[in-house]
Amino acid sequence: MMSKKILNLSFLILTLTGINAAAVETALGPKLGRAASAEEIARWEISVMPDGKGLPEGKGTVAEGESVYMSKCLSCHGPKGEGASADQLAFAQMELTDDWPEKTIGSYWPYATTLFDFNRRSMPMQAPGSLTDEETYAVTAYLLYLNGIISENEVMDADSLAKVRMPNRFGFIDVYEQEKTAK
Amino acid sequence: MSDKDASEINDSAYVAGNGLLDRRLLLKSGLSFAVAGISSTASSASADSASDARPEWMQKPGDAFSNYGKPSSYEEEVVRYPAANSQVDGNGSSWTPLHAMEGMITPNGLHFERHHNGVPQIDPAEHQLLLHGMLDQPSFFTIDDLLRYPMRSQICFLECGGNSNAGFNKRPIGASVGYFHGLASCAEWTGVPLSVVLDEVGVDKKASWLIAEGADAFAMNISIPMEKARDDAILALYQNGERLRPENGYPLRLILPGWEGVMNVKWLRRLTATDGPVMARNETARYTELLPSGKANMFSTVIEAKSLITSPSSGMHMGEPGLYQISGLAWSGRGKVSRVEVSADGGKSWADAALDEPVLSKSFTRFRLPWQWKGTESVLKSRVTDESGYRQPERQELIRKKGRHGFFHYNAIVSWLVASDGEVTHTYDEQKNTESKLPDLDADWD
Repeated sequence: MMSKKILNLSFLILTLTGINAAAVETALGPKLGRAASAEEIARWEISVMPDGKGLPEGKGTVAEGESVYMSKCLSCHGPKGEGASADQLAFAQMELTDDWPEKTIGSYWPYATTLFDFNRRSMPMQAPGSLTDEETYAVTAYLLYLNGIISENEVMDADSLAKVRMPNRFGFIDVYEQEKTAK
Repeated sequence: MSDKDASEINDSAYVAGNGLLDRRLLLKSGLSFAVAGISSTASSASADSASDARPEWMQKPGDAFSNYGKPSSYEEEVVRYPAANSQVDGNGSSWTPLHAMEGMITPNGLHFERHHNGVPQIDPAEHQLLLHGMLDQPSFFTIDDLLRYPMRSQICFLECGGNSNAGFNKRPIGASVGYFHGLASCAEWTGVPLSVVLDEVGVDKKASWLIAEGADAFAMNISIPMEKARDDAILALYQNGERLRPENGYPLRLILPGWEGVMNVKWLRRLTATDGPVMARNETARYTELLPSGKANMFSTVIEAKSLITSPSSGMHMGEPGLYQISGLAWSGRGKVSRVEVSADGGKSWADAALDEPVLSKSFTRFRLPWQWKGTESVLKSRVTDESGYRQPERQELIRKKGRHGFFHYNAIVSWLVASDGEVTHTYDEQKNTESKLPDLDADWD
């Protein structure tokens, strides 16, 4: 009882003096940051958001993507994305509820934009960052085609890729949001 | 210890089944531990009778000083255990040898590693942190800049979301405890509170996320809720008093106390303020937990409470029956460890373990309990309760709830079988009842 009263009192004092806990804890910085220009930011920016924001100009076809795949992806991911030393990317035989679920792009990935973001920044492992925007669109198109998400003749660009709806788009539970709401 | 010694322990000191003793006995000087002790090999040391009064290292001057100290050459086996992709050396992880360690701090050379495409060797003079996106003043900060900022230190654990996931296997893995649960370590991290820098650049009130990006070959990116970034995130420059090790993010990494390892981005180069997550590969295709329903948890940011006994543990051999100290680690991403209980009878009865001070929030906590081993088959377990009231689940309970294919966030109770000959192995409660015909689930680290 006693300690609760003290706690309430100290809260009151802090509130009255306009000091909250966050303000007390935040230290002053020396403001040493150098302003970043729009041009510098553009050179660094490689993120692609799920609504397509950040997708660059350019385009790629399934056929072009197959040739990129054959030269740069095959050795780790195997023919047609069937998997080898690296992930299986397509042709899941098992459902996510089966005893041996197969999590492929088609069966698991919620956003097609993630493919572009990831392939451009991280792949291929031996020469990351080496794919051009055109090659990235193309290999993304090929992977979506292998997974039966787009047809053989579709072309991927900033507009069409942002519109692709993945089969497992609603397969996820946002635990962070759920906990925040429960609080 | 002989039976005669055992008889000197008062009956009232036994607080749970199969020889578990009151933790307060640890404070009494009269309690002596078994001479043979626990060893990781079957052999025991023998003294050379000719030189025991003045061994050779007392007969000549010792070595000179050194610029940077190394462990004793007799400790060469206390090393991380790397497990990498067959085609890409730098894609994988290395495990902290928890079974060969004591206390709560992980030395920098033994801190676990998880890299997606190797360790970059970064010249700090050429490294910059860019903050941009939904904020007033997009800015670059050099490492020298950041070294002038106010800092704070925090001792906290880091744990990979994939740690311990061999626990999903149908049969208990035989590895030493560190090579099964050692994608977890604990260090003192020092750096600039991220909130200080965020205040300077003036983050838009509508910016609810920060996209963090590393300067490694993977250009690893992941989304951090702004609330956490403002709460206790650190732009870490130091690890246990020295500058970060390259494999832990030199020259700059993000530390998010209590949160899943992958979000503590190493080699940090960019933070983008946004109004939503980027939906990176490592927060969608990976680091999400598939549930039996076919749905998967995403943004499981917090590491739930876990404990395990590090000694005795899998691969060790007990000496003679007698008095031993059970020692282990407990931690929780939700705050302090409030209680660790130990069982020596497979979970039928439990005794409270002593907790080493200091017990810190989101940090490893060392627990201990004396045990009178009678030389009979015993199953040892530990379970932690954290200050949020959460208690570590039994394995069956976890698998009933989460299924077998979550891959991440496995935190069930660990059981060690002490055989009557003293050999210690990993076991499951159900092992004797249901011999599964299915193959093991493979831990897959692509």
